[in-house]
Amino acid sequence: MTTATLHDVRLSGAASDRNYFNDEYGALSWFLTKDHKRIAILYLISVSVLFVIGGFFAMMMRIELLTPEGDLLTSDTYNKFFTMHGVVMIFFFLIPVIPAVLGNFLLPLQIGAKDLAFPKINLLSWYLYMLAAGIGLIVIVTGGVDTGWTFYTPFSTQYSNTHVFGTTFAGFIAGFSSILTGLNFIVTIHRMRAPGLTWYRLPLFVWALYATSIVMLLATPVLAITLVMLMIERTVGVGFFDPALGGDPVLYQHMFWFYSHPAVYIMILPAMGVASDVVAAFTRKKIFGYRFVAFSSLAIAFLGFLVWAHHLFVAGISVYSAMIFAFLTFFVAVPSAIKVFNWTATLYKASVSWQTPMLYIMGFIGLFTIGGVTGLFLASLGLDIHVTDTYFVVAHFHYVMVGGTVMAYLAGIHYWWPKITGRMYPEWWARLAALLVFVGFNLTFFPQFILGYVGMPRRYHAYAPEFQVLNVLSTAGASVLAVGYMLPIFYLIWSIWNGRPAGKNPWGAVGLEWTTSSPPPKENFHETPVVTWEAYDYPGMMKAMGETQHV
Amino acid sequence: MADTTEHHQLEHAPHVHVTPLWIYIAVFLALAVGTIVTYLASLVDLGMWNTPVALIIATIKAVLVILFFMHVIHSTRLTWVTVVGSFLWLGILFVLTFADYLTRGWSLFK
Ligand SMILES: [Cu+2]
Repeated sequence: MTTATLHDVRLSGAASDRNYFNDEYGALSWFLTKDHKRIAILYLISVSVLFVIGGFFAMMMRIELLTPEGDLLTSDTYNKFFTMHGVVMIFFFLIPVIPAVLGNFLLPLQIGAKDLAFPKINLLSWYLYMLAAGIGLIVIVTGGVDTGWTFYTPFSTQYSNTHVFGTTFAGFIAGFSSILTGLNFIVTIHRMRAPGLTWYRLPLFVWALYATSIVMLLATPVLAITLVMLMIERTVGVGFFDPALGGDPVLYQHMFWFYSHPAVYIMILPAMGVASDVVAAFTRKKIFGYRFVAFSSLAIAFLGFLVWAHHLFVAGISVYSAMIFAFLTFFVAVPSAIKVFNWTATLYKASVSWQTPMLYIMGFIGLFTIGGVTGLFLASLGLDIHVTDTYFVVAHFHYVMVGGTVMAYLAGIHYWWPKITGRMYPEWWARLAALLVFVGFNLTFFPQFILGYVGMPRRYHAYAPEFQVLNVLSTAGASVLAVGYMLPIFYLIWSIWNGRPAGKNPWGAVGLEWTTSSPPPKENFHETPVVTWEAYDYPGMMKAMGETQHV
Repeated sequence: MADTTEHHQLEHAPHVHVTPLWIYIAVFLALAVGTIVTYLASLVDLGMWNTPVALIIATIKAVLVILFFMHVIHSTRLTWVTVVGSFLWLGILFVLTFADYLTRGWSLFK
């Protein structure tokens, strides 16, 4: 296989016995590994554990909200639970999940490289993540934190008597893990592409990771600085945000959201990349408007930096800058819409295979669109004042983060599971889980749009009795969603030993990762592949297959 | 270290480029002078120009460090893009934040 041609993609050659799983044994061979695939597995296990912890807090909140009275959790405990749900889910799950698990595993495989550019830095970023997560867990078991995941001043600096310092310190360290991953990806994509793999032949997942990495590098340092300023003000009383000391609390919000709005794109851009790869594979077509989809990732990365103050519309900022930020926020919807329209155009007149990854991606496209469009409601100055700090906001960002990122992650983990483990997952169970996730998700969060619009404020453990029916629906949905999320944990683990062997390329997909054995050998490719085909060249592959059949 | 011709510096060689010692010394002296000038300027009341003057001197010093101590002057175009891009982003943070602070006092309805 000196030059992997289009034909090779479809052939499932004799799988070599040696792969990255059985290449070395022992705990140290994992904890000191420099293999991007093993580091991806380390991340997979860690983020899954953190997801379960974050999910526990969510479930407890939903059970509390079954009744209007605050009967299960005290208001203080409830404050801690929604804070720790947010901190765990955002900093320890959504930010790393697709880049550090799927990105780590697939980026070198998709570009025909042996590893990332800096394998040791890659391992370091996992250790930093674990250190941060460890501090986060210590905070949780020693009493928690109650500021909300945004750590707004002056509450976080002057009034809260919970573990604000520990939590922000954990966030600070987690940021460095993210920066190192971004740095590694950018250098890898620039320097380590296989011969013939030009920028326009890259899978769109790689483009998405590239845009994500830029955001990680440019935004995360500002979060680090902001959190350090917060820690300094809280501990030694240097005035940055406290007016009595010459500071300004709104400055904290400016700096925090300069990171945290782009962080939304750190979470959603890789999800869009997964969507492009999966849509192409299951429609057997080239992605419609490949270059538009590729550059819209970069456009989102750039424009995402210009909209942050839409989180501050009621914080007392100037009306003039509020108008500018509202306008710029409408603008960022354009490249996102380009992607949605192009995926839809790819589906047009395609013969679609409705396997699990595609089911999740169809869910992703629909739910992300609802999340995005309700974001435009929130960007409208007048409407934003009506729904600020209500469940409308909660529903909106869960449609983007859960309906978007988590759905796409589940699509990706099913799509590449045969490559990661060499085994197929059980299709029937996986489709059932996808259905449960979709139904459970909508039942959980759609009622929250209505609740918010009619005025139920977020972040309270008790509420007015007229809101109960919709809250019961939401909690019922959350139970369905929980089952939908637990199922894959069980059947995916089961499939590692009992799944059908997958072979090189079970989907008949185009892409360098499908030209090597499953699971791949430690060095990914026995010989450096040479790329002679365009990205998603399904028409070319089908033509080539047709020709071989005639022979 | 003996070769100190100007042409040598202009050469586009990202791999191994040995900067002559006198350049490091000159940059160090320039930074020291900058520090002294910052101190002296702080003794004179320049009115509204107090902060801008201090910032201009600080910027010149930072540029010297980036160009020579961090070797950016001999780096590839991509490194230049990275460095300039970072400052552009810092500019976004400042400009759009000040777009709020500077217009907060303006009243919409008089
Ligand atoms: Cu935002």
